[in-house]
Amino acid sequence: MSTPVLQARGLVKMFGHVVGLDGVDLTLHSGEVLAVIGDNGAGKSTLIKCLSGAMIPDAGSILVDGSPVSFRSTQDARAAGIETVYQTLAVAPALDIASNLFLAREQRRPGILGSVFRMLDTGGMKKQASERIDELGITTLQNINQAVETLSGGQRQAVAVARAAAFGSKVVILDEPTAALGVRETGQVLTLVRDLRERGLGVILVSHNMPNVFEVADRVHIQRLGRCVGVVTPQSHTAAEAVAIMTGAARLADTEPGDGARQADPTADSGRSR
Amino acid sequence: MGTLMSQTVEASSATDDVLRPRNTPGRRLHGLLHRMPALSPLVVLIIACVIFTLANPRFVRPQNLSILLQQAAVVGSLAVGQTLVILTAGIDLSVGAIMVLACLVMGKLGAGGMPGPVAFLIGFFLSVLAAFLNGLLVTRIKLPPFIVTLGTLSIFTALSLIYAQGQTITLNGHSFLTWTGTTIQIGRFGLTVGVLLMLLLYVGFAYALRQTAWGRHLYATGNDPEAARLAGVRTNRVLLSAYVVAGAVFGIAAWILVGRISGADPNAGLNANLESITAVVIGGTSLFGGRGAVVGSLIGALIVQVFDNGLALIGVDPNYQVLAVGVLVIIAVAADQWIRSVKS
Repeated sequence: MSTPVLQARGLVKMFGHVVGLDGVDLTLHSGEVLAVIGDNGAGKSTLIKCLSGAMIPDAGSILVDGSPVSFRSTQDARAAGIETVYQTLAVAPALDIASNLFLAREQRRPGILGSVFRMLDTGGMKKQASERIDELGITTLQNINQAVETLSGGQRQAVAVARAAAFGSKVVILDEPTAALGVRETGQVLTLVRDLRERGLGVILVSHNMPNVFEVADRVHIQRLGRCVGVVTPQSHTAAEAVAIMTGAARLADTEPGDGARQADPTADSGRSR
Repeated sequence: MGTLMSQTVEASSATDDVLRPRNTPGRRLHGLLHRMPALSPLVVLIIACVIFTLANPRFVRPQNLSILLQQAAVVGSLAVGQTLVILTAGIDLSVGAIMVLACLVMGKLGAGGMPGPVAFLIGFFLSVLAAFLNGLLVTRIKLPPFIVTLGTLSIFTALSLIYAQGQTITLNGHSFLTWTGTTIQIGRFGLTVGVLLMLLLYVGFAYALRQTAWGRHLYATGNDPEAARLAGVRTNRVLLSAYVVAGAVFGIAAWILVGRISGADPNAGLNANLESITAVVIGGTSLFGGRGAVVGSLIGALIVQVFDNGLALIGVDPNYQVLAVGVLVIIAVAADQWIRSVKS
């Protein structure tokens, strides 16, 4: 099998005496959707933040295309081609859609206006923003000049997803992208997730919504109490079984007696102890 | 599943138009003010000018308007720096104290025989340094800006008084330091260099805030620091830069003050701290950060000056001017509250 686009080995993150992550392994290949599920406090968000540079793990390593990286900020992760849509969306409410899409990667005018006067290429960025949004097939965002705070929850989500999708060259991480959305908007986000996979990106999808997870995911990484307790596929396990593993009602071995070979990725399955 | 989904899509898009909020006049006004927060103070300024002109035509004489602008120059330029800090959801209570300290240093060194440009530069860098200290305490030690600058207000004021030793410095014939007080005749208007410098500050910072990445990051940081950080903005650096750049503006303001009073006086800027905040708030910049325009602060500073001047011309007790400004501040904050409330 090809080198995974993103790999985490033995990630540990402590919050004082509280264990956030307890030696978590994760493997993501290009062109696949890896769902991460887990109960509240299982370490999903911490895991995502370590992978996206928003948090620095206390121990363990992260590899992009097989080579080790150390992200000190979200900028580092972005430079490595990893874009994240946070649960809080990380959009500036008072700025318009185009400004938000290009936030922290603004483009300047060519020539002396840009180099000496640091003038932004506002028109160019607006044009590109609407092109990207059209390309991604997002129809809910009509007016690129609208302030994000005037948008509905689903539209804000679309802005955040569009930003990640437009700039993520290798991996797009989505943290609870459908939590605040209605049926129609959820459908649009899931379509977007499939599109990203079609383009050969690796997608990590964190979600509480089991039907969504089992609809789009190729593999499902199950977090429990700061550890990974198993990686299953929608073919090998049902949503109910995954939830049972997630809540500790069952163990991976219980749900598929004698059939460990059907595990999706033998290199990155159950959580290791340190 | 797929067909079910597409059916839902069609059904909901049909109801979309029905559910869309109607475009009432109130909503349109809300949208307009949302885009241009400096619009309402501009309307207030125009109405006030019209009323005062009707009450006393002397109000619009170029001579009177020139004096008005000259009186607004010091607080107006301080308000530029204050706007930067307030846009980051901070506040700087020490702006006047920093300015007076820099002003005294410039004046005393200049009076002592130091070349004007050198005296200016020393005062200017002292001002930047003082603001840098504020910024460090806010970004590194994570103290609330209100507390930090309340403390440094006392510190800088005390330093000024100690340094001045109760003296007032008069600079006569000191061409560079008092150059900001020189009058330039433009048509029938007599504007000082200080007024032009202030206007230049507004033009420069209106550009920097609107047209550069730094400006956008300042707004984003003030709007929602955590979101800005996650989006990749180096929020601590942006915050610190806001204080430091504001410090440079206060240094310019000190120079304008030296020119205006032809010297330096430890008691010259007593009310400047709060007056600059008043100008910014009346100008429509939100105390909650991330919203507003620097030109609003100019309008705010002018409104205060117009009330002062206009009521005096009508012969109203000056205390009513103070009262009117207080009412305006409260109305401005209430308006901001309304503008920020967004129904989605």
